[in-house]
Amino acid sequence: MNSPSVTPSHAPPAASWWSRHQLRIVPWLFLAPALLMFVVYVIAPIFESIAISFYEWDGLSPRTFIGLANYKELMTDPDFHISLKNNVIWFFGFLLSIPMGLGLALLLNQKVFGIRMAKSLFFFPFVISQVVIGLVFSWFYDPSNGLLLHVMDLFGMDPIAVLSDEDLVTYGIVVAGLYPQTAYCMILYLTGLNNLRPDLIEAARLEGAKGWTMLFKIVLPQLRPATFIAVVVTIIGSLRSFDMISIMTQGGPYGQSKVLAYYMYEKALSEYGYRMGYGSAIATVLFLLMLVYIIFILYRVYKQEQETE
Amino acid sequence: MFPTPIDRTARSTQLLFRIGLPVALFVWLLPILAVALTSVRGGADLSNGNYWGLPTEWKLWENYTAVFSNTPLFTYILNSFLVTIPTVIGALTLACMAGFALGIYRFKLNLLVFFLFVGGNFVPFQILMIPVRDLSLNLGLYDTITGLVLFHVAFQTGFCTFFMRNFIRDLPRELIEAARVEGASEFDIFFKVVLPLVRPAVAALSVLVFTFIWNDYFWATVLIQGNHAMPVTGGLKSLNGMWVAQWHLVSAGSIVAAMPPVLIFFLMQKHFIAGLTFGATKG
Repeated sequence: MNSPSVTPSHAPPAASWWSRHQLRIVPWLFLAPALLMFVVYVIAPIFESIAISFYEWDGLSPRTFIGLANYKELMTDPDFHISLKNNVIWFFGFLLSIPMGLGLALLLNQKVFGIRMAKSLFFFPFVISQVVIGLVFSWFYDPSNGLLLHVMDLFGMDPIAVLSDEDLVTYGIVVAGLYPQTAYCMILYLTGLNNLRPDLIEAARLEGAKGWTMLFKIVLPQLRPATFIAVVVTIIGSLRSFDMISIMTQGGPYGQSKVLAYYMYEKALSEYGYRMGYGSAIATVLFLLMLVYIIFILYRVYKQEQETE
Repeated sequence: MFPTPIDRTARSTQLLFRIGLPVALFVWLLPILAVALTSVRGGADLSNGNYWGLPTEWKLWENYTAVFSNTPLFTYILNSFLVTIPTVIGALTLACMAGFALGIYRFKLNLLVFFLFVGGNFVPFQILMIPVRDLSLNLGLYDTITGLVLFHVAFQTGFCTFFMRNFIRDLPRELIEAARVEGASEFDIFFKVVLPLVRPAVAALSVLVFTFIWNDYFWATVLIQGNHAMPVTGGLKSLNGMWVAQWHLVSAGSIVAAMPPVLIFFLMQKHFIAGLTFGATKG
């Protein structure tokens, strides 16, 4: 890295200390407020949480150090296993939003009358709060009168109460989560498709490439940046899933739709008790899972930085 | 252009596209249309099980006035604005400054600080929950709008700084060098050279952060307890619990709650999408 550029030589000598050091001090002056806030509210709490996970603590009385006991308990905690299993379902289920978003984008990447409006309307679910989406989908699944029930009735099938079915509940919520997430991936791909290199496409067309061959050999490689972002936001989103579960089932029935993010909240703050230490242990596990992706992202950003240097 | 423009395809494909697109759009928006319709239904429709057909009576005015007069919805909405607007201003102010520092100056810890902001941006909320709640309690800011705003500002600063720094770094360096040669102080460079140029980034981030914060549910439930400070997302959840069978009223509330981000999206669509797809075309 280069040192900062030289101070202008005609700076008044009276201010020499300041002008000599200006370029070193100024960046820190500008950074200070953001860095302070971010360290206090984001960076420090991560370490604090990890520390709390080694304690038994109800949030009020003094903490008791119990070493790894919380983690040992996690290993045999059936609710923790359910949450982990559901996180896996969320992970793979949520990834479907990437091909679905790509499909929608391919459908909408046209120049016909009204297509701009159509794109906006397809994107619409992403703008709306997940609370509202969650409410809508719980009505959709409603066992006494939901739309799903009517549709199944139409096809002569026996109705299923998805949200009170232990085996189906998580899939039902994932479908609701896919709704806004697909819209997000769609918009990423639409932007990517908009920036395809026309010369490459035309050249491939002249050589007779079309349809799937064109998509996989020519188009998808050019969409890699969009795919990267789509994968990142989708994986992070799947591990962050909380809102929909809280709105649609509150982890039920019988705790079968919990994920780590929800289980942690339930253990630490809900009416089931204030087990801060145990909650922190769950949060730490979730954090370590996420850390894999964070390192992956940072590594990529680092490589980009090296290229632009 | 890929796929092939539709007017260069076979007639049958064109026909399929022109019919298929509106149908697909209708199915896609069905859940939202259902809420909109339910929000104007009378109670009778719901007790007769008419949830998805056309309303038999239109109660637009009645439902929307009922939801405002019988519930704290107005307070919730007001709280959401009181949380969202200061957060947007705060996070953007901090991010413009930090982005300027990281985008213009080269110093040893530059990349490390930048990575701190980028990485911190992706952590799960749960790892922050207990300490942040504790901190707010100790500062006397638990269950207050200020407490919620402070956290949101801090967290959003991560993402905004990431965005701003990359935006500022791509500005032509000659402009800054030229200003220095002219004798401009570093503060002049920030206020007179860089700030006017980052307006598009500020616009994109403002609409994004507005939407994120307006729709935040997790922190509203963790840091707020009472209706006096509850944003509309948390408020809707308690309305839903209160009115188990009164879906027409909950729907009306949902529509009202969804309005501000929806309006912002349609009015500032270009900026919104520019922010959201930032980085989707290069890399």
